[in-house]
Amino acid sequence: MTNRHKKLGISDDEVLNIYKTMLLARKIDERMWLLNRAGKIPFVISCQGQEAAQVGASYALNRNTDYVAPYYRDLGVVLSFGMTAKEVMLSAFAKAEDPNSGGRQMPGHFGQKKNRILSGSSPVTTQVPHAVGVALAARIEKKDLVSFVTLGEGSSNQGDFHEGLNFAGVHKLPVITMVENNQYAISVPFDKQVASENVSIRAKSYGMVGVTIDGNDPLAIYEAVHEARNRAIEGEGGTLIEAVSYRLTAHSSDDDDRYREKHEVDEAKKSDSLVTFGNYLKEENLLSSNLEIEINNELDSVVNEATDYAENAPYAEPEDALKYVYEE
Amino acid sequence: MAVMSYIQAVTTALREEMLRDEKVFILGEDVGKKGGVFRATEGLFDEFGEYRVLDTPLTESAIAGVGIGAAMYGMRPVAEMQFADFIMPAVNQIISEAAKTRYRSNNDWNVPITIRAPYGGGVHGALYHSQSVESVFANQPGLKIVMPSTPYDVKGLLKAAIRDNDPVLFFEHKRAYRLLKEDVPEEDYVLPIGKADVKREGSDITVITYGLCVHFALQAAEKLAEEGIDAHILDLRTVYPLDKAAIIEAASKTGKVLLITEDNKEGSIIGEVAAIIAENCLFDLDAPIMRLAGPDVPAMPYAPTMERYFMVNPEKCEKAMRDLAEF
Repeated sequence: MTNRHKKLGISDDEVLNIYKTMLLARKIDERMWLLNRAGKIPFVISCQGQEAAQVGASYALNRNTDYVAPYYRDLGVVLSFGMTAKEVMLSAFAKAEDPNSGGRQMPGHFGQKKNRILSGSSPVTTQVPHAVGVALAARIEKKDLVSFVTLGEGSSNQGDFHEGLNFAGVHKLPVITMVENNQYAISVPFDKQVASENVSIRAKSYGMVGVTIDGNDPLAIYEAVHEARNRAIEGEGGTLIEAVSYRLTAHSSDDDDRYREKHEVDEAKKSDSLVTFGNYLKEENLLSSNLEIEINNELDSVVNEATDYAENAPYAEPEDALKYVYEE
Repeated sequence: MAVMSYIQAVTTALREEMLRDEKVFILGEDVGKKGGVFRATEGLFDEFGEYRVLDTPLTESAIAGVGIGAAMYGMRPVAEMQFADFIMPAVNQIISEAAKTRYRSNNDWNVPITIRAPYGGGVHGALYHSQSVESVFANQPGLKIVMPSTPYDVKGLLKAAIRDNDPVLFFEHKRAYRLLKEDVPEEDYVLPIGKADVKREGSDITVITYGLCVHFALQAAEKLAEEGIDAHILDLRTVYPLDKAAIIEAASKTGKVLLITEDNKEGSIIGEVAAIIAENCLFDLDAPIMRLAGPDVPAMPYAPTMERYFMVNPEKCEKAMRDLAEF
């Protein structure tokens, strides 16, 4: 009998790598909360609840050629594209060696040229036209690559979403947009953000395919992004994917989430992808108890080493604040 | 040498850069088949094809933002805003993204984009086809703002902007497009961004200005020369970051300084020029710094009476320069 991941052309090793990357993202995120509450780092913004969509999508892309324009929750995307736990922790501690920004930006503001992770800012949705620009460049240069851009459902109301996707639609550019619908834009729920029944229905007005997928199922996301990438490379244009999951933490370390009921969060935790996908792997006899322990131990030491290294790494010199305004 | 109008210098610089480097491409509204509403890109669509001279939807934020993305990838986009007045939807992309990308990524990423926009009044363009918008962007480190005054400067500075590895806003005075003509070398040359240029040597008073006002000041200077008043005229050319050394030198030379802009007076570029002079030239000054600018009203009205009242012109320059000389 062929199982789900084999049908998608994903090997047993690869499907375990997807799980491990999701779990690493979760563990780094949890550690950052601890460090924040211990007063060691000023800020955290979480990926928790969105790892399946982030990692499942990334593994369906070509991680050697494609470009990503992630938003601030996309720890799973940047880990999949080659950023290391140590590099993420250097950013959390705002240390000079942080490849994202040299300690200039808050955590979650990803960017790493060697891994084709576009540098991002805090005003939301500005990355959508950037991804369209990369796709336009790929068209001009006749390169077989796609750009992948992510954002929250609240951000899908910004002008740059409409301007960018319409632009991509007009020219059938190879850009895959994934809205990570985690139900909340800080405190405001989906039904007070979006007038349409879902986000993906908006794709119709951009002349592109739109699909709404269970964001807790990395294999379903993989399949959707894989198909989207094939269409993009064939010149059939972009795709709008809506990955529906739930934000398991508060918006950030500076937010309390009094605006939602605890039972709602508890209910969502039942479909936490780390649990459900772990169960799938167990059912497929790919994740034995021993292997699970082994993976957890391995990732715990990765996170420990990354934390220790970053905590002890030097800050930038004060005068480094003057560097790199223009080319030097 | 060929006699070239200001806008022909724009087209020539664009064409030569597109021939020189296939990474250079143009995007904007009506830039393709039509060749631009002012014809700045005339002929380029036929010569280079759709994806090098791309007609975009009506989306200023995406024109900037898509250009920024392409620039991060390694292209050399030249984005056109149809009028400087319409750049406002793109301000977030320009200020939050283009200006800050190199800095925020600690020199990992950069955005080599040029954003061209026609600005300025005196063309019956009313509130939204006449504005000077440079001061909106002129306290944003990471951006460069070039505002050339002559066809020769246009060609050399636009080429420099396209080759620059940082974002450059290139504001072209729309009344200058067909008003100004001069000999422009046919060979390739670039002029340095960040350097002001002395457009007239003089010893009695110093005028510091930029854009079309350079010509108003030059015309006034010729008249005043007949009265024995010898004006020194410095063209800023790059209004951000300012060429402080050139400003200090020009101000110190005569000790009497008039600053001119057609922008609204308060908060304009020349306020910063005045601050530089005040900080550095106190003991060289023989008169208070004078400013000639548009009034502090939202923008230029349509009716010719009110438009003329708003605009700087050679007569206003002449009067201000004479007043300063006689101080």
